[in-house]
Amino acid sequence: MATFFGEVLSVYSRAVEEDDDDDEEEQDEEDQLILRELEDKRWVGTAGTAATGCATAQSLFMVGHSDLSCVLCAGFVSVYFLSHGGWDAVGHVSLWNERTVHSEDTTCVLHRHRESHQVLVCQVDCFVAEDQLFQWTEQVLGSLDASQVTVLSDCPAAEYQSPQPLGPDPCLRSLHTSAWSEPICCPPVELPNLVSGLPAAVVSFCQLHNISAAVYQCYSDARSADSTTMDMFRPVVARLAQDLKLDFSPDRDILRKFISQANVQSNLYI
Amino acid sequence: MFIPSQKSAPDLKGFTLIMPVVAVGNVGQLAVDLIISTFDMCRVGHIHTDCLIPMAGNNPYSTRKEDADGVHTAAEVYMSREIKLAVLQIRSPVIQKRTKKFRQVLVSWIKASSFSRTIVLSGSHAYQRDDRQLQGSPLRYLVTPSMLKLSEEALKELGWLEMEKVQTFPGLTDGAAEPRLYIPGGGITKGLYTDSCAEDLPLAVLLLFCSEGDNIPDAFTLINHLNSWLHLLDNPGEDQNKWKIPPSWTLMFGGGIPPALF
Repeated sequence: MATFFGEVLSVYSRAVEEDDDDDEEEQDEEDQLILRELEDKRWVGTAGTAATGCATAQSLFMVGHSDLSCVLCAGFVSVYFLSHGGWDAVGHVSLWNERTVHSEDTTCVLHRHRESHQVLVCQVDCFVAEDQLFQWTEQVLGSLDASQVTVLSDCPAAEYQSPQPLGPDPCLRSLHTSAWSEPICCPPVELPNLVSGLPAAVVSFCQLHNISAAVYQCYSDARSADSTTMDMFRPVVARLAQDLKLDFSPDRDILRKFISQANVQSNLYI
Repeated sequence: MFIPSQKSAPDLKGFTLIMPVVAVGNVGQLAVDLIISTFDMCRVGHIHTDCLIPMAGNNPYSTRKEDADGVHTAAEVYMSREIKLAVLQIRSPVIQKRTKKFRQVLVSWIKASSFSRTIVLSGSHAYQRDDRQLQGSPLRYLVTPSMLKLSEEALKELGWLEMEKVQTFPGLTDGAAEPRLYIPGGGITKGLYTDSCAEDLPLAVLLLFCSEGDNIPDAFTLINHLNSWLHLLDNPGEDQNKWKIPPSWTLMFGGGIPPALF
């Protein structure tokens, strides 16, 4: 689709093909068997607390993984939460799709704070395909009795549409369900922007089931994790840290490790 | 399945349902946006299904704080009791390989809600028109047999053209092949129509031949045709200002240009 300025935008939400479900009836048995096996392989599996449920979480932090190589949110969780110890892995969600074939990350781990059993953190490090989002959400949130859900996510600043472009600094925007009553620490996601992927699936589930939930999306131009961008999420957890008397200060060693890993990949011209 | 926004599900029996299909130009969805925005319809529920790509956003029809009503999702139902109208808005594509399941979800819900009639707004690729379709109005309609019983007179008066059937193998003179219904770029339109015929639902399809691009004029064309049948607005005429454009239509082609670019 061409715009007024002649640039070509790729359009996503267009149905360009007629229904081809009729083709399914013409497939032979072997093709149907292969497709069924593929469908079974893509089934989202849960174990531990994620499977048996029964956990009543005051706050459940779910970390969305963006399509880019930026591991901002995963880094934030590791640096600010898990590095201090006192967290037990109580469950995991495993899945397979075409993008996890060559990756070691096929599991999302649920961590529960040892002292405050009410706080659960779900670290999503793998890519959840669009046809698995619904199932992932139903399996995880459906089995947990979460009273409040907070989702952290990141997105390229170039995808944020506003009359004035966002500045060079990263910024935070939020979206919350009608049941959310806590103060919001940043402006809302302005129209016509929206949230997609796993954060959208989670917050939609929460809206429909009247669960207090919020998505905090960090828009940044950073191609890799850095301390400034990670720090954007601090206000989100500050209140929880105060209420539960938990230490959420960043672990410098782990932070340095994340940043140096990203820098090694960008040293193209040594 | 349908999940109501309030504790009890609204009674939509006897209402007219208008819904879009994700099709070329998103014309149906844009037209539905105009209806919801103009009549200030209230959200009464969601269609919760694994057939649509998840999306979430703030209220697309108002930016006022007092109108903030949580998260808006991929498929929502709106209602206006005054004009006995229900509208289903679909905001994201149907997941490939789940189109048949989604049609079943829709047909089940339509049957369970007992709508008096259903009108589907859609589009079709303009570049795939045949010689007959290149001239005249770009609007076409389809009606199920039970809908024809309800609206035959009105459709005759409007003078609309029914969607033409095409040869299965154009150019071949083999008379054995029957003409078939073909709606290129129409998404699930054809499947929904044939399912509705099989289920004896009163359903009509209004579609516009269009191309990808700035489809706002196409949306107005489609909604004005629909209005000439349903008379939702009195005499909008050529004045498009009677239809209220929602705030979500801003920046449709991208945001401001970064000054650092030059």
